[in-house]
Order: sequence, then structure tokens, then C-alpha cells
Amino acid sequence: MTNRSAVLSLLVVASVGMAGCRRTPPAPAPAPTPATDNSAQQRADSIAAAQRRADSLAAARAAEAREAAARAQTQAELADVLAARVYFDYDRDALRDDAMATLDQKAAVLNANPGVTVVITGHTDERGSDEYNLALGQRRAAQVKRYLVSKGIDGARLTTQSMGESQPAVQGSDEGAYQQNRRAEFEARNAGSLVRPGA
Amino acid sequence: MRLARPTAAALAALFTLAPLALRAQDTTTRGVRIGLSYDPSGKPGVVVLPVSGAGGDSIAAILSRDLDFGDRVNVITLDAASTGTATRASVPNWALLAKLGAAAAVQVTPTPSGLHVAIYNVVTKQTARIKDYPAPPMRESRAWRAAVHGMSDDIELALTGVRGIASTRVLFGRGGRLWTVDSDGEQLTALTTAETPSSSAWSPDGRSIVYNTYVPSQIVVQAIGGRPRVVAAGSGVYISPVFTPDGASVVFAHGVDDGTDIYAVPVSGGGARRISVGRGSDNVAPSFSPDGRRIAFMSGRAGHPEIYTMDADGTNADLLTPLDIGESAYRASPDWSPDGRQVAFQSRIAGTFQVMTVSLRDRGLKQLTSDGSNEDPSWAPDGRHLVFVSTRGGTRQLWVLDAESGRTRQLTRGAPVRLPAWSPRLAGE
Repeated sequence: MTNRSAVLSLLVVASVGMAGCRRTPPAPAPAPTPATDNSAQQRADSIAAAQRRADSLAAARAAEAREAAARAQTQAELADVLAARVYFDYDRDALRDDAMATLDQKAAVLNANPGVTVVITGHTDERGSDEYNLALGQRRAAQVKRYLVSKGIDGARLTTQSMGESQPAVQGSDEGAYQQNRRAEFEARNAGSLVRPGA
Repeated sequence: MRLARPTAAALAALFTLAPLALRAQDTTTRGVRIGLSYDPSGKPGVVVLPVSGAGGDSIAAILSRDLDFGDRVNVITLDAASTGTATRASVPNWALLAKLGAAAAVQVTPTPSGLHVAIYNVVTKQTARIKDYPAPPMRESRAWRAAVHGMSDDIELALTGVRGIASTRVLFGRGGRLWTVDSDGEQLTALTTAETPSSSAWSPDGRSIVYNTYVPSQIVVQAIGGRPRVVAAGSGVYISPVFTPDGASVVFAHGVDDGTDIYAVPVSGGGARRISVGRGSDNVAPSFSPDGRRIAFMSGRAGHPEIYTMDADGTNADLLTPLDIGESAYRASPDWSPDGRQVAFQSRIAGTFQVMTVSLRDRGLKQLTSDGSNEDPSWAPDGRHLVFVSTRGGTRQLWVLDAESGRTRQLTRGAPVRLPAWSPRLAGE
């Protein structure tokens, strides 16, 4: 106990004595110990209880924040899964193994979240006919849709469209840029609170 | 009023002979410098005489350039010394014109109501033709330029037997809008405010255009200066619309999840009717034969894009481009020539695209470009010039090629462009 607390306790005891406390005879000054002082104990208990309440509230809040963060992380992870692009070979709409792996993850999330709908947009690189590339982009989006439907997703939840070569993901006229641009993009709708598959 | 064709042809024959006769002569006459007069192609030399009066220099410059871009005559440029002596007291200086290698000379005189034109035959030393053309008074206005171009085309008809193409425009996409530019590169004009226009085409009368947009996915018909009208729309993609040669319908490609096929819809409205039977493949970019009986189009039905033809009802589809040209087969963007004899298209050669033609008669192939990547050819109404997108200058710009001489010129500059469509001959405004 600090000196200051001791002095405080003394003052409390003195005032109680002056009020003519019936239960406690005035203790001989100057060394009452707080441990034997009931009022001080009550006060300390009260402070401790308040502290516990505060601690528990803080813990609850922290837990809530942790849960919210976890939820946000889950949401972000699942949103990333839904948004992940799939890539294609030149002038092809066939799904590569990496594309199918990406789509399998999407299918799981979509199956766990039946309210979510997705717009699938096919894109091409800049080579080739503008007009044919618009058709090729549509074919890529359709191929993706067919695969997701084969994984149990209701086709009514999947809309396809094509931007052809008009919206490259990256600028450039080399194979690196071309590969980034030969893609399908995904825009999930009604996907504000996603549930993890199997949860 | 047009000259009857036999008369024009006779004139053309006269003018064509003249440079051949001159070729044996010494043309380095003392005191006279000659511009482009010594011409190995045998095109008739033509002098555009100086035009007096306000705007005269502009008229002479536009006419000279129009005739030059037509590639059927050899426009002889007068130097300062010759300019003052080419005419004397309104009479052509026959001796000087002959020395310059001219078969003909053209004299334009502005009048209160338009333009008075005299065409001189230098070989016979006679006035071959006199004609007046109405023109609005306002100098440099769009309509005035159109009137001068119309005069140029008529003069080219008189000189060569073939009407010129100065009174035409090229429609193209740039920066999410459709634009037109006159065939001489002037009068760049924004036509639509649509966000995502793609392919576009002219109506046969040149008064309307048709185009597609991605978002929303639709086909739109719009009179020049009028409001857009949707003729087909829905899910999937709507691509590469063209008018039928009678102007009554629009034919386009519509892509859904089961592939892209070619459809027709009446311009006046109504349901779309499917033409091609692609069975899941992509079939786009229809282009009609001039008689409207056949359609050239590109299809991926063989696993890679090739050019095919079919009857206008979709029957009798036939591969047009032989499969053994180029090391990786990719043929696209067909455009049937106005004379019906050939189809221009783009073919991948050595990893880049080049403009080629294939003859309808014997399937003979001709490669027309080799510099940079060259795509999306569109024929001029003379069946001789093509406009296409080329990267030869660094960015995607429109270039014009004379398929007969190989001569090229750059039509646009600035921001990249795509998908040009050359108009039919346009009536004056």
C-alpha cells in the first residue's frame, strides 16, 4: 500500500470514529491495516468487480472484434475466390487445369451461398479480329458457365457477356500481357455475407 | 448531267495514249521543270490550271489532291515559272502543256452560283468539255467542300471513264465513339455518343449507319444526323452488323452460350431470322456480294477462323480461303469488293496480320501489305482502293491502299482507331 492510501484510510477511520460508529471502536492510531478494515475491503471489492466487469466487457468486445475480423477475412477470402480470374490459351476457349481448379473453388463457394449470382465476362488479347474476338470472349464465358453448371450451380445464377479485346487487364504487346488479357472475369452480386463451404 | 459512257471512254483512250507518245521525247526542255510528268504507269498527265478569285487556291488544291488520290491520272504540278504562262488570255498554252506531259488540263472558274469547269484535250488542242456545278458560297464549309469533291469525281469520270471517290467518307471507331472522316483525311466528325460502339457499316444510300455496342449488347441503326434506333438486343453478344444491298434488312452476328450465328432483321422492325448454321462455332462479319445473293463471312467451324461464303439464305456454305496459306491459320474480316470479283480479308502471316485478296473466279490469292500489322480492310466504291487499320506508323491508324499500284497514304492521325467502313458514293449535301 502506498503512503497516500494509508493516509486516506486513516482519514476514513477518523471520520467514522467521529460519527460515533457503533460497531467499530475507534482503533488506536496510527496503524490500522486496510485488510482488517471492512469499508476499505468493500471499496476494494467494488473496484475489483468493476474492473472484472470492464475486463469481461473488453474481452467480449475483443472477441467480437476478432470474430468480425475473422468474418471479414472469410468474406474477403471467399470474395477473392469468387473474383479469381481464369486464363485461356491463344484463340482457345477450352478450360486449362489451372482454370478448372479455380472454378472448383468457386463452385464450392457458390454452392454454399445459393443467393449469390455471378456475371461472367470473357476477354481476349489484342491479336486477331475485333469481331471474332467478341465472339471468342462470349465462347470463353459460356465455357466457364457450362463448367460451373456441371458442378451443380443453377445456370440461372450465371450471366455471360463478352468484352472481346476492348478491355485489356494489362497494357502491352508481348506474351506476358497477352496471357493476362486472355481471361474470364467474375462479378459476384448479392454476396455481402458469404458463408464458408462446409460451415 | 453526265457524259455518256462511250464519250468518256473515248476521251480516256485519247488521254491514255498521250504520255506514251511523249515518252520518246526529251522532256527536259529548257526553262521548264516538270513535276510528276514522266510516268511509267502510262496514266494520263493532267494539269490543274491556277484558279483565280477568292478560294481559288483551295479549289485547285482540293481538285489536285482528289485527282491524285484517285490514282487514275498523273497530276502534274506547275512550278512558279509555268504557273503564270499556262494560260494566256484564257486560252491554254498548248505548247507548254504538251511539254509538261499533260494529256489534259482542267480550268475551274468560280461563278456566283458555283463552279464553271473547262476540260482541255491537249492532244487535239480542243476544249473537250464545259460544265457548271452548283456550289454553296460559303468557303471551306462542309457543304462547299462536298461540292468541290463532287466536281472532282465528275472530272475524273470525264478524264478516265471512272467516277472518282472524293465524295466518300470513312466510318471508324476511336475512343468509344464512331467518327467519319472525308476520304481526303479532312472533316473529322464524331457521329455517336455510344459508350462501346464496335463494328459499323453504311446503308447503301449512305444516309444511315448501323453499329453494335457491347454494353448494352445491341444493334443500332442511326440516320446520319438522326437519333439511334435499336433493331436487335438481348443477352449474349451482337456483332458486325451490315445492311443488305437493298437496304431493307440488317444482317449481323448474335452470340449466345451455344455459339455465334448470323441473323437478319428488317430495318423497319420485327423478329430476327437465323441465316447461318454454325452448330456451336462462331460465325461473324458478314459481307454481301454486290448482287445480294451471297454472303462472305468468317467462321471457326473448322477449328480456326477462315473465310467462307454462303447463299443469302444460309445454304451452300463453302470455304473460300484455302487452308494451306500462312503458317498458322487465321483468316478474318472479309469484305466483298464492289465489283464482285474478289474478297479482301486479313490473314495471319509470320505472327502478324496482313491484308490479302482472294479472287472469286479462281481462288487466286494476293498479299497487299507487309509493313506492320494490317487488319480490317474495307473497299472504296471504286473497287480499287482499300482502307484498313495499320500499325506501320507506330499506332493503329487508318491507311488507304491503291490495290492496283500499291500506293499507300495515311488517312488518320492521333488516338488509335479500329474497324473502318468506307462509304458508298455520297450525294452532295
